[in-house]
Amino acid sequence: MRKIYVNEKWCLGCHLCEYNCAFAGTGKANMSLALKDKAIYPKIRVEDDGKIMYALSCRHCDDAICVKSCISGALSKEDGVVKIDKDKCIGCLTCVLVCPYGALVQNENKAVTKCQLCTDNSCGEPACVKGCPNNAIVFEERD
Amino acid sequence: MKNYVIIGGGIASLGCVDGIRSADSDGKITMICDESFPPYARPLISYYLEDKTTIEKMQYRSDDFYKEKNVDVVLGSSVTKIDKNSVITEDGKEYKYDKLLAATGSSPFVPPIKGMDSVEKKFTFMTIDDTLALEKSIDASSKILIVGAGLIGLKCAEGLKDKVDKIVVCDLADKVLSSILDKECADMVQRNIEESGIEFMLSDSVDEFKGNTAVMKSGASVDFDVLVMAVGVRPNTALLKDIGAEVNRGVVVDDRMATTVDNIYAAGDVVESNDITSDTKKIMAILPNAYMGGFCAGVNMADGKDAFDNQIPMNSIGFFGYHIMTAGSYDGELYEEKNGDSIKKLYIKDNRLIGFIILGKVDKTGIYTSLIRNKTPLDTIDFDAIKKNPSLLPFSSDYRRKNLGGVL
Ligand SMILES: Cc1cc2nc3c(=O)[nH]c(=O)nc-3n(C[C@H](O)[C@H](O)[C@H](O)COP(=O)(O)OP(=O)(O)OC[C@H]3O[C@@H](n4cnc5c(N)ncnc54)[C@H](O)[C@@H]3O)c2cc1C
Repeated sequence: MRKIYVNEKWCLGCHLCEYNCAFAGTGKANMSLALKDKAIYPKIRVEDDGKIMYALSCRHCDDAICVKSCISGALSKEDGVVKIDKDKCIGCLTCVLVCPYGALVQNENKAVTKCQLCTDNSCGEPACVKGCPNNAIVFEERD
Repeated sequence: MKNYVIIGGGIASLGCVDGIRSADSDGKITMICDESFPPYARPLISYYLEDKTTIEKMQYRSDDFYKEKNVDVVLGSSVTKIDKNSVITEDGKEYKYDKLLAATGSSPFVPPIKGMDSVEKKFTFMTIDDTLALEKSIDASSKILIVGAGLIGLKCAEGLKDKVDKIVVCDLADKVLSSILDKECADMVQRNIEESGIEFMLSDSVDEFKGNTAVMKSGASVDFDVLVMAVGVRPNTALLKDIGAEVNRGVVVDDRMATTVDNIYAAGDVVESNDITSDTKKIMAILPNAYMGGFCAGVNMADGKDAFDNQIPMNSIGFFGYHIMTAGSYDGELYEEKNGDSIKKLYIKDNRLIGFIILGKVDKTGIYTSLIRNKTPLDTIDFDAIKKNPSLLPFSSDYRRKNLGGVL
């Protein structure tokens, strides 16, 4: 299945992926109107120590420990995508306790949010990939 | 075609169904549970009291799931005996098995206390039924006494907070969450909970009940309308003991989740397993381990090969928005950070991270948990950087290339 991969050599650390991700969920037409002066809760985050930089999002692990550990039954795997049922999540953060990548984050309601490869919005292809100016994030079949 | 029988309908049982079906799509699976619901999110009963979830949303899988996986779910039925090739239920029915999973979980332990019979409204807090009964007995003027400041007692207190007038929590220990926190962290958590108005009486216990008054060892007395007993749980081992399985505190299983009796497996709160951070056998009564243990048992019951050999105790709990994450053992060299309401304590031993307590800011804690579970030698990563800021940056670029992609 196609997944998101990053190439740290090409990442500019521009954080555009974070904005594109946050914008993808809004359903609005204009990014600056949708996000201006708002705190954003992107599901992809740039890690940057000044020398190395790359964008990190859910790996949709084959043997996803977050799904196995979810105390509310909110996480599941459908067609290879680790999905979250927002209605069921109560924000206990057990998934944050177990994710080896640190890829699950809290949203504005303190519940958990995560990358679902833009299957949960109308973007089609992942918005972070489409908007990356240097092709440092790609959406490919690799297995 | 194999006959699989599963006793209990908790998350270990559900994991077992997934495990069996990953290796055998035909075998007949019968799940027998004395509760009236298929596997549900037990830890969410306090969130139900808070109106943050509903009984429907608490159902761990959809009803269709059991049909799709071809599982015969028998509810409201208690297994009273395990025989060599079958189990017998209360109503005299017999279910034949080739492979059996006992995932009977644990039950609240209620110590004998003088005058307990004189308490009119008393509850334990483990099941949906307990929760619905408790909900019915309270109103906005109720005064609640909770005996036990462990996870279950405190979660119950949080769940009831906005629905009642007053809550007092007492515990024999001198701190809250005594099994997972040290005194400093426990005091911090206690202060945060106290801000909500919940009161504590620690290092004190009930000597005697006189109707709706608890006379404490210290001499104090507490008036209440509703009592919740939450001093601890005991594994439901009786059935397995009867058939001759080795039982210490919990049922003894190997890494494959097999008991000492042929064809009988066990998983979840009922078993004791090896904690790799201390190399000791323990009951680690947490939901992730119940699922993973059940899954592993299921695979092996279906003649597949699986081992659950990296178990650790771990918890992620929040009270009124304040988060607590703990894992492993608190032993060895300590690395500490304190910043306002946030505390981080990492325990390092023999070139491995073996435990942590993290309060407040808990982002990316999974990176620490994974170092513990994988027994990662700390000299293979830049641990000085990770201990300050958990991220993948201090790992080797090879590790990142493997896991995040990059030019191959
Ligand atoms: C209030 C509360 C909060 C919790 N919070 C957390 C948390 O935040 N994180 C976490 O990881 N864990 C938490 N836990 C613990 C977690 O719920 C358990 O570890 C987990 O449910 C264990 O699953 P299990 O399948 O082993 O057992 P159980 O869920 O106890 O299921 C066993 C089932 O078997 C049934 N049964 C027993 N004997 C028989 C019999 N003879 N015949 C038929 N049926 C039988 C029982 O009635 C029960 O339905 C919490 C528990 C409680 C009560």
